[in-house]
Amino acid sequence: MSSMSNFTVLSAGILSLLQDRGRFGQSELGLTNGGPVDAYSADIANALLDNDSNATLIECSVGGLQLQANCASYIAITGAELSVSINGQDAPMWTTLAISAGDIIELGMVTAGLRAYVAVAQGFNVQPQFTSTATVLREKVGGLNGDKLQAGDTLAVTSVSSCMKRSLATEHRRKFNNTLTLRLIEGYQAKQFIATERQRFYLHPYTVTPQSDRMGYKLKGSAIQCQQQSLLSEGICYGAVQIPPDGQPIVLLNDRQTLGGYPKIGSVLSLDCALLAQASPGTQVYFTPISIEQAHNALCLADVYFKSITQQWTLS
Amino acid sequence: MSKSPYQLEIAGENALILYFQQQMAAEISGQVQLASQQIRQALGDDLIDILPSYASILIVFNALQTNHLLVSSKIKNCLQQQANASISSGKLVELPVYYSEESGPDLRLIADTKQISVAEVIQRHQAVIYRVYAIGFAPGFAYLGEVDPILQMPRLSSPRAKVPKGAVAIADRQTAVYPAMSPGGWNLIGLCPSPMFNPDATPAMPVAVGDEVQFVAIDKAEFLRLGGEL
Repeated sequence: MSSMSNFTVLSAGILSLLQDRGRFGQSELGLTNGGPVDAYSADIANALLDNDSNATLIECSVGGLQLQANCASYIAITGAELSVSINGQDAPMWTTLAISAGDIIELGMVTAGLRAYVAVAQGFNVQPQFTSTATVLREKVGGLNGDKLQAGDTLAVTSVSSCMKRSLATEHRRKFNNTLTLRLIEGYQAKQFIATERQRFYLHPYTVTPQSDRMGYKLKGSAIQCQQQSLLSEGICYGAVQIPPDGQPIVLLNDRQTLGGYPKIGSVLSLDCALLAQASPGTQVYFTPISIEQAHNALCLADVYFKSITQQWTLS
Repeated sequence: MSKSPYQLEIAGENALILYFQQQMAAEISGQVQLASQQIRQALGDDLIDILPSYASILIVFNALQTNHLLVSSKIKNCLQQQANASISSGKLVELPVYYSEESGPDLRLIADTKQISVAEVIQRHQAVIYRVYAIGFAPGFAYLGEVDPILQMPRLSSPRAKVPKGAVAIADRQTAVYPAMSPGGWNLIGLCPSPMFNPDATPAMPVAVGDEVQFVAIDKAEFLRLGGEL
């Protein structure tokens, strides 16, 4: 049996957003995708609770979120490394956790990575807007009134009294490195970048700058020149690497604008975009080219990997 | 051998981009619109998103269900059929505008730069029926073309931090209505009281790519009566 109840936000932390997998098929209105920037961590959080993969969860950037449960349920917290406590008692991440009415769930500040995911059994009940609950602050759509979570917000949940307890084996959890290699599929205006410029792009490290957010990651390093300076505005896909006139690459992520007119050298593989979105300023980034066939293989392998680990949970 | 009228390029792991002749022209926009309809039908549930613009279409597909080779061949099939199909024209939408130096802080600048009167700037902006070439930048931001060459103005050298909701603006040969308050570098000539994006309405926007827009001058009283805010 289940019934409607809720969680209360005691403290919203630095930036906490309700997200489902994202808003698709609405780009003709100018609406971007939104959704969790680290899709793997979000998917695992939902899978630990047997949720639909599109169930709404919270993406908590940098940490500091505090929730009070007003009913019995189960939660799972994944993603960036931070301390988790329930009523002051340490609790593990990447694990199904039982919650009773009145429990206070507290997330500390991140010690590695940037974004943690808090999923609840059956997901937070949020009214979709344009087919999705994904919050995009710039567009004021999704979530609760298109806004980030605030202290005092009430999040509707379904009271759940039983759930299989699971834990993800350590080797499958996110690991965070100070250096990332991003696999890039060359495309868009790649041919407008002469060979020496492409070489420069692949040989030099780039640094994540503080001007990096859910919209895009602005990198700093060896400037890349493009033959073509601007073009008619065209659709920008997830992971596209835009090179503005200053030659400093910008990797466009979930909340990117739908159209743009800067040249693009190609697009970063989604699996690597998720790692980039967990990177803080100062992280070193290298790009490496891969073929579209290699990209397709990597996506299919990641799908098989995800299915195999979520079918062989370690019971905790 | 004649140059192919289109080019299909890889955009990302699950995305292709179809380029038509790279120019702002109603004929090309018509091809984009027609091809978008055909591709949408041909790809069915393999399609995740489709984004038409001035002279290109970004096609995002489900890479766990299909692959770029299959999608490419379906797109090429659509383009072969295109020769036989006719371009359907969109609807004509009238948008009221309160043109004035109070609501359009750059009207005087345009008039002075072009050595014409403010009244002529206003008259020339209304004289053209514009085509919706693309929607993007922000929800409901429609790129309309083409503005009378005399009114063509470069973007401001330094963008304004706040452009009001409903601002009617010109940049190069394009004009647009800002759907919400945002930063912006276009030249402002008036205010439109009609909402360009209302998430609670169906449809959420009065215009779609391929539609036509005509601006109609209204006075301040009418602007306020229609819900406009100064």
